Amino acid sequence: MALSYLRSSSSRSVNLLKPLSSSLPLRRPISTDTTPITVETSVPFTSHQCDAPSCSVETNPKELLTFFRDMALMRRMEIAADSLYKAKLIRGFCHLYDGQEAVAVGMEAAITKKDCIITAYRDHCTFIGRGGTLLEVFAELMGRQAGCSKGKGGSMHFYKKDSNFYGGHGIVGAQVPLGCGLAFAQKYSKDETVTFALYGDGAANQGQLFEALNISALWDLPAILVCENNHYGMGTAEWRAAKSPAYYKRGDYVPGLKVDGMDALAVKQACKFAKEHALKNGPIILEMDTYRYHGHSMSDPGSTYRTRDEISGVRQERDPIERIRKLILSHDLATEKELKDIEKEVRKEVDDTITQAKESPMPEPSELFTNVYAKGLGVESFGADRKEVRATLP
Amino acid sequence: MLATASQRILGQSFQNIRPAVSVLRSYSSAAKQITVRDALNSALDEEMSADPKVFLMGEEVGEYQGAYKITKGLLEKYGPERVLDTPITEAGFTGIGVGAAYYGLKPVVEFMTFNFSMQAIDHIINSAAKSNYMSAGQISVPIVFRGPNGAAAGVGAQHSQCYASWYASCPGLKVLSPYNSEDARGLLKAAIRDPDPVVFLENELLYGESFSVSDEVLDSSFCLPIGKAKIEREGKDVTITAFSKMVGYALKAAEMLEKDGIYAEVINLRSIRPLDRSTINASVRKTNRLITVEEGFPQHGVGAEICASVVEESFAYLDAPVERIAGADVPMPYAANLERLAVPQIEDIVRAAKRACYRSVPLAATA
Repeated sequence: MALSYLRSSSSRSVNLLKPLSSSLPLRRPISTDTTPITVETSVPFTSHQCDAPSCSVETNPKELLTFFRDMALMRRMEIAADSLYKAKLIRGFCHLYDGQEAVAVGMEAAITKKDCIITAYRDHCTFIGRGGTLLEVFAELMGRQAGCSKGKGGSMHFYKKDSNFYGGHGIVGAQVPLGCGLAFAQKYSKDETVTFALYGDGAANQGQLFEALNISALWDLPAILVCENNHYGMGTAEWRAAKSPAYYKRGDYVPGLKVDGMDALAVKQACKFAKEHALKNGPIILEMDTYRYHGHSMSDPGSTYRTRDEISGVRQERDPIERIRKLILSHDLATEKELKDIEKEVRKEVDDTITQAKESPMPEPSELFTNVYAKGLGVESFGADRKEVRATLP
Repeated sequence: MLATASQRILGQSFQNIRPAVSVLRSYSSAAKQITVRDALNSALDEEMSADPKVFLMGEEVGEYQGAYKITKGLLEKYGPERVLDTPITEAGFTGIGVGAAYYGLKPVVEFMTFNFSMQAIDHIINSAAKSNYMSAGQISVPIVFRGPNGAAAGVGAQHSQCYASWYASCPGLKVLSPYNSEDARGLLKAAIRDPDPVVFLENELLYGESFSVSDEVLDSSFCLPIGKAKIEREGKDVTITAFSKMVGYALKAAEMLEKDGIYAEVINLRSIRPLDRSTINASVRKTNRLITVEEGFPQHGVGAEICASVVEESFAYLDAPVERIAGADVPMPYAANLERLAVPQIEDIVRAAKRACYRSVPLAATA
């Protein structure tokens, strides 16, 4: 059987090897194909205080394939994390993002690594989108040295400063003023870049969000507030928490856009629009209508406050990976088998990485005392029994 | 009981509660007098001039020239992009300041008083103090939170709390508290240059006080080390630790004690976190007696930590139990006489020192 040329999406201009049994015509390898394709989003944008962008989204085969692969990777990663948690290799909190992948990949397609992203604790896939590796994710989740925070952060505290990913925050809503601060700094430094501050429908009611939005609007900061509305703040449905669950309108004088968050192309279009807006006119709110298949965290079955029918209904009708798959197939950009091969490949990559991550050691005990300060001044710090364990902070 | 109380109140009316003004030994060389306010202002000015990443943010810091005039003239000099008047939304603007520090700028966030910092304390602790650790060094937070701390005069319970022990208990923060103009300049400059989050606790009643400073202090490169206490007055009989306004009281207490043949060593902590345990312990090993003085609430206070540290490190050297002088264990009352009872006075320090030296006056028997 011919090797699939779709193994990697690196730009190899290799001509395909078609199985003779296939009846499909010869076509260009889609891993490098950037022929523009225009796709109409199925759900229109709803806007508040602004003109909505067009529903016609420019894309190309390479991008669609990247979407498919990246989302499949994220999906597999989160499902594998579920198993690791149940095997007690991941401890504490673990908030999974499966179902919401389109927001992470669509956003990345519209921006650069010089733009900033900050989010809350459901951050594994956002980290991958920013260029983090699977190994850094699994090792961090298991508290090992190879983790992105050397095992000292955990699931909620992933960071990647070199691609402007500022975490990873455990306090609901706190990341929004922080994100507006990043936008402030970008404007102060005249970088012509923007910040996307992500938060959930639960966090949307936080006072500090409105404080930060007020300042951002006053000072014209290039801040884009993105409400990932998965309709449940932990176990509380949006209509039980918000008098007005029209989160894209909650900015009042700040424009907003409601987006089908399960459609990676719609997300891309909205983020592109938002970036242009924010650089010229200051803050804007994007509400991504999305859904999480898992419960709030691994301790939440996710079915006491919503029906299994609802969950499977969304999976049937709106799954982001299935939509891209259908798009790729309907445009004849790959075969079903090729896409299945990608999924198999991704699964193997995840499994192999987990094996590798398990071999990474736990941090050295001396790491207890590192990074307390950037500049430790040689002061002393203490363990539980200070006559036994003391250290000089580097 | 009544006799003692009235004795104290009488005693207090003879005491000068007004802040001490240090006398200028005027005929010596180049020593200049500057107020703590001017010291802070010049420190901010110089650091903003030296580093374009430094900017100021807070309520009334710009057009109003600063609620206590600490930031006077800086808006005119550096412009509205670097001196930012914020709305009255501490949680929001503190979070914005911390986010700017994540990106690499150096914000100086003013709290009109540290009582209002409680609205933003999540950002100070969870967003600022812990980030370098949680990110294993990727995200450092070079921010300064500054403003008046502790009691002022007649401002009541919600405007008078001292936050030194709260912030100093948190790893990842540095907590400084200046006393005089030299401290104000040197410690603020050090705080702004430091790559970690610094809580800088000033005192409203000290802003207007003048202190002599040398030419070295006035130089724009002047900086004091963080984590080092200063022995303001040497002595051999008892150690008195204090910070901020209480240093002035401790020095006056030392003068009074000297008349009774007790020579007190006064330590100006300057840095609450990191605490200069070695200077404190070295002093106690010399004097064998310790009084800790602070304005804040006594329970779980700065003095409690110093006492524990000395008991752990220098137990064998103690000739008397450690004495704590602190604010009264009550919310700050408004009435002037009650307020006086709620804050340490100089004779409280004197009395405690005498107790530690086994020279105390026994409590007067009730009539």
